[in-house]
Amino acid sequence: MSADVQLDNVWIRFGDFVAAREANIHIQEGEFFSFLGPSGCGKTTLLRAVSGFLDPSEGRVLIGGKDMAGIGPNKRPTALIFQNLALFPLMTVWENIAFALEVRGASKAERRKKADELLELIALPDQGEKMVSELSGGQKQRVAIARALAAEPDVLLLDEPLSALDLKLRQHMRTELRAIQQRVGITFIYITHDQGEALTMSDHVAVMSQGVIEQVADGTTIYDRPESAFVASFVGENNLFSGKVVEATAEYAVVETPSGKLRGRQVARDGKTQLAAGDDAYVFIRPESLKFVNGNTFDNQVTGKILHQEFEGNFWQVFFDVKGIDKRVKLSMVNDGRSISHDLGEQVPLGFNADLAVALPIGDLAAE
Amino acid sequence: MTTYWQNFFKKNGVALATYLLVSVGCWILLMIILPQLFMVDFSFRANVPPPQWGTDAHYYTTQHYNYMLYGSAQGQDSYNFVDLSVFGRTILAAIFVTLIDLALCYPVAYYLAHVAQGGWARLMVMSLIIPFWVNELLRAFAFKIMFGSSGIVNNFLIGIGILDQPFDFIRGGVALYAGLSYAYILLMIFPIYNAIESLDKNQIEAARDLGSPWWRIHKRVVIPHTKPGITSGCTMVFMLTAGALAAPQILGGPSSLWFTQIIYQAFNQAGNWSRGAAYAIILLATCIIFVLFVMRIFKVKLGEIAR
Amino acid sequence: MTSDRIRTAFAIFFVLGFFAYLFGPLIIMGLTAFNSSAFPRITPWECFSVEWFNVLTQDAKLLEGLRNSIFIGLGVVVVAVPLGLSGALMLTQVRERIRPWYYTIVISPILVPGVVLGISTLLFWDRVGTMFGASRESIFYNGFFLTIIGQATFISAYTMLVFISRLQRFDTAQEEAALDLGATHVQTFKRILLPFLTPAIASAAVLAFLASFENYNTTVFTIISESTLTTFLAAKVRHGINPSISALAVAIVALTLFGAALHEVYRRRELAAEKESAKVAKGEQQQRKGRSTFFLDPAVVIIFLVTVAGLGTAYFAGTIGLDECKAEVKAEKKRITEKRIRERQQKSMFQDAGRRVGSGAPAGSPEKTDKSGRVGTQQFDNLFNTDNLKGQSGTNETSAEKKERVGTENFEGLFAPDNLEGTENPTQQQNKEE
Repeated sequence: MSADVQLDNVWIRFGDFVAAREANIHIQEGEFFSFLGPSGCGKTTLLRAVSGFLDPSEGRVLIGGKDMAGIGPNKRPTALIFQNLALFPLMTVWENIAFALEVRGASKAERRKKADELLELIALPDQGEKMVSELSGGQKQRVAIARALAAEPDVLLLDEPLSALDLKLRQHMRTELRAIQQRVGITFIYITHDQGEALTMSDHVAVMSQGVIEQVADGTTIYDRPESAFVASFVGENNLFSGKVVEATAEYAVVETPSGKLRGRQVARDGKTQLAAGDDAYVFIRPESLKFVNGNTFDNQVTGKILHQEFEGNFWQVFFDVKGIDKRVKLSMVNDGRSISHDLGEQVPLGFNADLAVALPIGDLAAE
Repeated sequence: MTTYWQNFFKKNGVALATYLLVSVGCWILLMIILPQLFMVDFSFRANVPPPQWGTDAHYYTTQHYNYMLYGSAQGQDSYNFVDLSVFGRTILAAIFVTLIDLALCYPVAYYLAHVAQGGWARLMVMSLIIPFWVNELLRAFAFKIMFGSSGIVNNFLIGIGILDQPFDFIRGGVALYAGLSYAYILLMIFPIYNAIESLDKNQIEAARDLGSPWWRIHKRVVIPHTKPGITSGCTMVFMLTAGALAAPQILGGPSSLWFTQIIYQAFNQAGNWSRGAAYAIILLATCIIFVLFVMRIFKVKLGEIAR
Repeated sequence: MTSDRIRTAFAIFFVLGFFAYLFGPLIIMGLTAFNSSAFPRITPWECFSVEWFNVLTQDAKLLEGLRNSIFIGLGVVVVAVPLGLSGALMLTQVRERIRPWYYTIVISPILVPGVVLGISTLLFWDRVGTMFGASRESIFYNGFFLTIIGQATFISAYTMLVFISRLQRFDTAQEEAALDLGATHVQTFKRILLPFLTPAIASAAVLAFLASFENYNTTVFTIISESTLTTFLAAKVRHGINPSISALAVAIVALTLFGAALHEVYRRRELAAEKESAKVAKGEQQQRKGRSTFFLDPAVVIIFLVTVAGLGTAYFAGTIGLDECKAEVKAEKKRITEKRIRERQQKSMFQDAGRRVGSGAPAGSPEKTDKSGRVGTQQFDNLFNTDNLKGQSGTNETSAEKKERVGTENFEGLFAPDNLEGTENPTQQQNKEE
């Protein structure tokens, strides 16, 4: 059984500090939903509000359409997977998994059966008798998931579950988690600061900063059409030009920057166009969308001095100093066998098309 | 405030929350605070037998405190030299014993913490505990045996010719002081040992490299770091010695009466519970003053003392 | 540098002296337990005997005190362990600002002198008793109740410290996980917190029992008409001590050593098991099916064997040949006393002879050199025969005079308090043995 989750104008305050501000989200039942943001942005707080360890100062949390006010964590149809897993060290693996049934008074036979089923699901069929301390990191991860699933929740909550694992394992687990979710079919709410995880695994992503939900959309939209400067700078890498809007339509905005007039797409927020003439604005262009002119025409063109080149195997990364910008501008190009035909120190024309650039109002940027 | 209590009950569940409140409440109220308050109250009332407690006969008076000073219920003519001198001697002796213990334990603690080698040091530290498995009364008896006329101390002294005849160490008070110094040595050596052990050896090495003589190293490097341990040890030893009852009863002679023995007598022989209570309050007040004084002088906080 | 060398030598000397001071009295006391002499001493050593251990087991009052001590100890465990746990749990949940105050109040009984705790407990509950008009037989005047309460006041603080330190290592996320999975608070407490605390509960219980068992200052006021082992021992000061006390000390140390050795073995096994778990987790080792039970562990078996062997040897050494040894000692003492008396007789005869030569007193009637100035020595001649010094012959010295003379050298400490308990002079010793 699965359920949808709704946050209805949720505010969470600790004294004077606002941890979460005006959160309005509807998470569909059966979907894989991620909250993405840097540490301290409030995502864990919202998760705890959904799971019942925290009460919102204002607003309502609804699961399956029911208001969860006053309902404790042990009575909610949710199961939480903690960041440090919190497996029970004094119990065996199967006892850990079957704990949810144990507290409901199930018989030992029933519990054993369910534990064995879940051990199959997580591909650890013979490890039931081991103690938790005898398992490796990845195995513990899977036991935590099995333990939560045994409670047959409508919503599974995951608090940065992969942050303690090494890179290879993390990548492997990403696929596994997604597979498990699709097999079991329940709603997953996933917290992370790693955008790679969020984008690969989720149906929808909510990007958060300092208690505010900046944007909720699917991965492609978040990446290609960020609604705010924060989202643009936090998700993926982005080159940034700043200036004043001289021309604005519903589709595009032209921004006068020290590097020249640049045109980028407008991104609507809540249905409304964000930029008008005279506003301060940023123009964002991703490194992979920036190109060497090489005789082609582009909507936008700037000149950059080559500072530095890095060969990453599948990609070349080239860094430029562009007039009027403090940070180095980065260009990524696929390694298709050709080498860069320019020298260090050379002033090179660079171009990009307006459709690939985004113009957004200025705002807080993600920390470096 | 009410949200605090709501959260408290929610976090723990009703059953556990009630249990916690009731048990801790009983402990603090019925066992810690009220008995002390009752004792203070008692000390300010006349001495009457239990059936008359709470009646008019049980009136308020400061006579018992007066008694300690002046020796009689009303009079202010002459001082109660007996009780006052016993009190004074107890306190002085406690200070004396504390200093002896400090002088004994500091070097040994330093040696165990920094000079002795690993395995030996640990063994020796652990063996320090063994004597204290034996009851403090039995330990006092051991001293009584040792200092008796045919005890080993006398035999030794006679054997090497210092004495011709057995010396009555017990009457002379030496046995008591030796016994008291012994009794609480564990409580002096462990805090100091722990404190010294936590000092980074490199600091001492550095000081030595810079040419500092050993006594200055101690004065400027080791002792400041060890201050909490020293104050903890001194406080505990002083309070336990001033409040000791077993050792004076077993090892004391008539000339080394201990203040606690007077309190004991007030209860068991004189039947004057109120006076006993008053004297007990005086003892308690002295201990508290001492602790505060030491804390002030050495600038140490309470949390560091109660290990 | 030689000054360094000297200092190191001095340091080692000092430390050795310290350890001698620490262990000396107990070793000496331990040795006196095996000396058959009636007063605890190691010189002169009479016979190796374990009879005082027997005396120990037959001393009814001591056994009663021991029983009461154990009963009270268990009572204190039952009270102080839960209270300590509550105190520790409360500490983690009390508001930040109140926390130091709370901690100070709860720790204060440790710093308060034991006598003050005993007195205040006694006064408070007796007062409550009178308020309710309770009879003398009621619980308010019951020595056991008062002692358990009085001791638990500060022992709960000790157990609380044990729990605090254990709780600090507890991962509270586990409690939340249990709740999240649907457990009630009671279930969480029972299935998650309590199992984690089990080692702490065990050590708190042991600590509470030992602290209660050896307590004197508080107990002596609250115990009223009953007795515990400690109050019994203290009372013995007035009645006289014999080596059964030393035997008690030896028994206690032996028992504790035994317990400590077992505990150490237990601890090492737990550590080894943990290391093994870690290895299995890393895949370095296959999981071994179970491990040998505690009591079959070779180290434990050795400890038991050594203990039994030691006990057996002591028993046999102490009982075989004991009677012959004692008879010999008695005979030896008699010989020594007789020899001394003869020597003094000779000395006094020479002295008398010298004086008689000088003063012309009649031969055969010794001057009365005794301090008591008794007259008429002749009538005491018969006393000489009924005197306990059997087999004496030769002199017509009065027994009183003899005692005086023999005594002036040996009786210096006659009125010292310790002499009132097992006596120390040979003559009276002989009296005892006969």
